[in-house]
Amino acid sequence: MSLFKRNPDPMGPLDYSRRLSLRLTVGVTLFFLYAPILGLIVFSFNDSRRNIVWRGFTTDYYVKLFNNEALMLAFGNSLTIALFTTLFSTVLGALTAYVLWRYRFPGKAIYEGGMALPIVIPEICMGVAMMVFFARIGWPSGMMWPFNLSAITIAHIAFSFPFAAIVIRARLESFNPELAECARDLGASEYRVFNDVVVPHMRPGLIAGALLAFTLSLDDFVITFFTSGPDTVTFPVKIYSMVRFSVTPEVNAASTVLILLTLVVTAFALRMQNRNNMLGSAAH
Amino acid sequence: MENWKRSARAFFTAFTPPTFWLVAFFIVPLSLIWLYSFSAKTGVTGITLDWNLNQYARALEPLYLGIFWKSILMAAATTAICLVVAFPVAIAIVFSKPTMRMWLLLLVILPFWTNLLIRTYALIAVLRTNGFINWGLEWLVTNADWALSLIGLGDNRIVGPFEPLTLLYNNTAVVFGLVYVSLPFMVLPLYAALDRLDRSYLEASLDLGAGHIRTFFSIVVPLALPGIASGIVITFIPAMGSYLTPDLLGGTDSQMIANVIASQFKQANNWPFGAALSFLLMYATFFALAVRAVLMRKEGRGDVR
Repeated sequence: MSLFKRNPDPMGPLDYSRRLSLRLTVGVTLFFLYAPILGLIVFSFNDSRRNIVWRGFTTDYYVKLFNNEALMLAFGNSLTIALFTTLFSTVLGALTAYVLWRYRFPGKAIYEGGMALPIVIPEICMGVAMMVFFARIGWPSGMMWPFNLSAITIAHIAFSFPFAAIVIRARLESFNPELAECARDLGASEYRVFNDVVVPHMRPGLIAGALLAFTLSLDDFVITFFTSGPDTVTFPVKIYSMVRFSVTPEVNAASTVLILLTLVVTAFALRMQNRNNMLGSAAH
Repeated sequence: MENWKRSARAFFTAFTPPTFWLVAFFIVPLSLIWLYSFSAKTGVTGITLDWNLNQYARALEPLYLGIFWKSILMAAATTAICLVVAFPVAIAIVFSKPTMRMWLLLLVILPFWTNLLIRTYALIAVLRTNGFINWGLEWLVTNADWALSLIGLGDNRIVGPFEPLTLLYNNTAVVFGLVYVSLPFMVLPLYAALDRLDRSYLEASLDLGAGHIRTFFSIVVPLALPGIASGIVITFIPAMGSYLTPDLLGGTDSQMIANVIASQFKQANNWPFGAALSFLLMYATFFALAVRAVLMRKEGRGDVR
């Protein structure tokens, strides 16, 4: 690795990244960021209930995890909510991005500010607002699965579609509006222009936005905590109740599953976004 | 950009669904608790809107003012520690080679994508009485004692028997946890600010005989000031409103404002008061954002370019 190879060039005054003190700081910071998570993952394979001494490799806790019905139900709930959230957020986010990109209209600055609100307000405020809202309008709670998850899903869509809108709008910046004008001149309807000209260009942004909405929904704890009832427990809420109880290898295993899932989705999203940027810069 | 009137139908078709969702499922719930904050609690479940300010008056009682103050202090401590740690990291990233830079950035961002709850839980395993840190310390103490016993000073005469430190369930643990989860928030804006920096200024300063430390304080810091301010605000806001970290890592006296809000809505069942506290927290957030907007505009004007 080049990190350990001696660089033959003398160090320039601005070669801060080659200074030992700065390298050490970066190393210690990364250790600080990653050691707890790696420890958590490693000890989910530890053959001991005491979470601290290594007693040998086992996948017992994963087997236990998959046999834990309540946990699997929560996992299923989380995935269902995340899928619906993804679908709705992508559509709503695409429409928001399109409107903000294409049109000038009175009060646009305020509208944009309103769209940014779900991103900036403290999660706890949104959580309690959702809890009060659904209690107040008497949202039916005893419905059949998956409809009993609708309150949580609605709340998740409300905070994830503005994020999706940002990602998709960034993609639209590289779209040449003349193409749409062209299609319109040749007689295409507004719907056809949107569907056949704009959406194909949007696609990488749509995928990145969808993946972002998926991870946001899957990871959310605070807002879900306030909108979920006793029979609508999601994976993070379930992990929370286990964490409150104690530190056990099962929790480690459950966390590892969630980390892996998010990582895979994120890696995919980053790849998409990267391609996004590359295509964007190639077009100019 | 075109005027919406040119294709009003298309405009409304695209405009209506997201606007409906935002208004019905975000603005209305928020307005609801805004109204609650001016209401009085009558009976166990009854809440009447009578536009009184009693809830806000109660929020200004010393007890709750103290909790607000404590939240601000903890968030400020978190922000300060993050700033001190993140600055060298950001400098190292900015001045490294492009491929290395990409990897380092990715490594800094990656924890963002790990569930907040899981990251906090991971810290519990590190900090608790029989956690990794205490385990490491015990190993050190025991081995030091063994080493000392070789020269006849064993049996805990110098390094006493190991007492596990109480690292969890106190304010220090909360600040530690907040630093852990908000560090990327600070690195990214600093990185962005330093990346824009014109390096010839630094070269000029070093050429003219200023040391690295002097260059840092009189060139880098003033030029990166908008980015620094941005990082401070971006770190401070979520830290101040955080619920999970104090809830899981804090003790009985490390409640922050979000925990009080949650308990007003869940255990104490006093929705109007919880609503008033939520809005005070939100106003504080908006104030911080306004400060950031002003500072960013200053940068946009380009008087330092």
